[in-house]
Amino acid sequence: MSFFTKGNKTTKFSNGVETMLYDHILIRYGELSLKGKNRKKFIFQLHENVRTKLKQYPAVKIHNARDRMTIMLNGQAPDPILDACQSIFGIQSLSLAIKVENDENKIKEAALAALTDHKAGTTFKITTRRADKSFPIGSQEFNHVVGSHLLRNTEEYTVDVHHPDVEIHIDIRTQATYITSKRIKGAAGLPVGSAGKTALLLSGGIDSPVAGYLMMRRGVRLEVIHFHSPPFTSEAAKQKVIDLAKQLTYYGNQIKVHVVPFATLQQKIHKNIPHGYSMTVMRRMMLKISEKIAERENILSITTGESLGQVASQTMQSMHAINDVTNYPVLRPLVSMDKEEIIRIAKEIKTYDISIRPHEDCCTVFVPKAPKTKPKLDKVKYFESLINMEDDIQNMMNNIETIMLTEDSEANDFEALF
Amino acid sequence: MIYFDNSATTRPYANVLQSFQEVSQRYYGNPSSIHRFGFEAEKLLRKAHEQAASILNVEASEVVFTSGGTEGNNMAIKGIALAHQNKGKHIITTTIEHPSVLEACKSLEEIGFDVTYLPVDKTGIVNVDELEAALRDDTILVSVMHVNNEVGSIQPIEKIAKLIKHRKKTFFHVDHVQGFGKVPLTLIDSGIDLCTISGHKIHGLKGTGLLYIRNSVHLFSLFDGGAQQNNYRSGTENVAGIVSLVKAMRIINEKQKNNKNYLNELNKLMRKSLNDLPHIHFNTIENQAPHILNFSIPGYKPEVIIHALGERDIFISTKSACSSKKPDESAVLRAMDMSTEIAKSGLRVSFSYENTHEEVELFCRSLRKVTKQLSLVMG
Repeated sequence: MSFFTKGNKTTKFSNGVETMLYDHILIRYGELSLKGKNRKKFIFQLHENVRTKLKQYPAVKIHNARDRMTIMLNGQAPDPILDACQSIFGIQSLSLAIKVENDENKIKEAALAALTDHKAGTTFKITTRRADKSFPIGSQEFNHVVGSHLLRNTEEYTVDVHHPDVEIHIDIRTQATYITSKRIKGAAGLPVGSAGKTALLLSGGIDSPVAGYLMMRRGVRLEVIHFHSPPFTSEAAKQKVIDLAKQLTYYGNQIKVHVVPFATLQQKIHKNIPHGYSMTVMRRMMLKISEKIAERENILSITTGESLGQVASQTMQSMHAINDVTNYPVLRPLVSMDKEEIIRIAKEIKTYDISIRPHEDCCTVFVPKAPKTKPKLDKVKYFESLINMEDDIQNMMNNIETIMLTEDSEANDFEALF
Repeated sequence: MIYFDNSATTRPYANVLQSFQEVSQRYYGNPSSIHRFGFEAEKLLRKAHEQAASILNVEASEVVFTSGGTEGNNMAIKGIALAHQNKGKHIITTTIEHPSVLEACKSLEEIGFDVTYLPVDKTGIVNVDELEAALRDDTILVSVMHVNNEVGSIQPIEKIAKLIKHRKKTFFHVDHVQGFGKVPLTLIDSGIDLCTISGHKIHGLKGTGLLYIRNSVHLFSLFDGGAQQNNYRSGTENVAGIVSLVKAMRIINEKQKNNKNYLNELNKLMRKSLNDLPHIHFNTIENQAPHILNFSIPGYKPEVIIHALGERDIFISTKSACSSKKPDESAVLRAMDMSTEIAKSGLRVSFSYENTHEEVELFCRSLRKVTKQLSLVMG
């Protein structure tokens, strides 16, 4: 494994299991199974996402089947693969598996190995699924046959069908039998890229990366829009946004970041709009520009990290006044969430530590002392009509800096130094 | 020249020096400055944290860069002792630790801490049962080195960590200075709370090192000031040194992965070639750290052998400097219950991935000649 990959640390799944025993990882699709017509597309996207994620492990091979995917390890240690796959949306659960022929003795042997390697406890249960009906022994009977074999060959284990410490699944299929003893929860959701794109407004705060993450979980690919106001905001503030987007690539592989030079317009608003309304107008302009970018990039929605009632710009009246500039759906996945809930997710997806870096963002530079919490739309429109902002917007559109980030791209040019 | 004193220090890799120089010249801004130039240095520093963390498979926030092994050990031991003394004042360590551990413990004894120094057996390894028996309700820290610097004995860190993992009040510090890059050690989920690594033992520069501090472990900080490095260690960061350290860590880690058995081969070859030298006694038992071989040739003053070899441009060492009260015998060999004769005549050879089989053969021939010549005078 390259030393230059993500800083996300590997977690131990094995629980002391001698994992080299396992030669496969079984991936079970989540809601995919329900999606009838689109299923092919979803599976294709998931396959793509898994393949991209595991690019750095050339030995592993991925195979699709109707309701599951198999990763053949080919000697690769399973832990890093399990780790990587846990960040991929569209996977319901994963299991380390042993693949054997449909042969009673071989299955018994593998089940015994799976049990004794699994140091989780002393009670077990066998669950057999016999998809291959040509296999001579019925599921119920086979549970019994294998169970007895395990009891005969071990000392400390007993059977407990209700609350077993270890549940061994034997899945007899036409081509082969898979034996698994542990099910690891996947990230669920839908494969990123299967539900189109959204333009995420990323400020650098705690909320917007979480909003982006939740959209990706629904299968949406992100393009990030960031408003940059040098010299009022620093290079560090911009880097913070790039680092946040980079962290999000862990879940969505590639993310385009559009950095919009906002300072000129921001100053104009600050100078010409009554201070109580400047925040609302600024937000409206941000949304307007975002819509233009979305249109240019064939994106059909805009996502923000707004949560109802958090700050002045996020009251119902404010949302109404701001939303007025666009017909695009403005998605607000955090709208009903508490701050604690948002912070918990931010910590989980490791954006929190980046977000709390002490750099100002474009929204905090010209904060009016008393922004209107209940701006009136007609007043907003009246104030805006007094100044010409169209030229500035066009100018901004022409000067957008676009950065393409991928999970393995380097966010800076320091690589040679390490 | 044959340099076989790699446990004392190593020759910096050319790439390490190159990184140091480049960072010193191009990114000399202060990472705490808010201007863009300072920000560049901050970015580089953050990257260094991430890279070091990825090599150790820990979180970036768990890495604190230090000036080396002595600082790391002091920071860990005194830091835990002073921060947690209200929970207990008992510390357990071993008799064969590096002086930076032993002396830090002695200083703490002076201000009221109680320290248990566990003995080791004849092979230089501490007994886990004895350690378990020494644990008390007021034990706040156990500090055990991974690989001993004089004889290369490997301590049962995993077993000790397991003992301590479930104890809420007891922290576990590992001095990994000699082990890193040669003997693997897992940090994550292991029960290890603190781990010291030094740069100049792995072809990095002197004055560089790091301390792994498991997230949420609180230390009393020895350096107060501008709150750099999460307030664990104030002082403007040595960005060039830090980057060069991470480079050295990466290179040695790759060497370890790609040449798993190489040091062991050198070690075995030397052991085999010296086996029939009259009176030789190997103080390092087999299958210990691959890069260290300690042996005694009673009757010869080790300093004389060192100087005689030095005349032939061959460099090895005796015991680690200044670790014994009695100036002419090794405290570690004494702790292993060796006779005075053996303890007084210990010689240490320590390899790096840069050494060759030819050098080992040449060394063995030279040592034979030297002892033969000296035996005419001294024997």
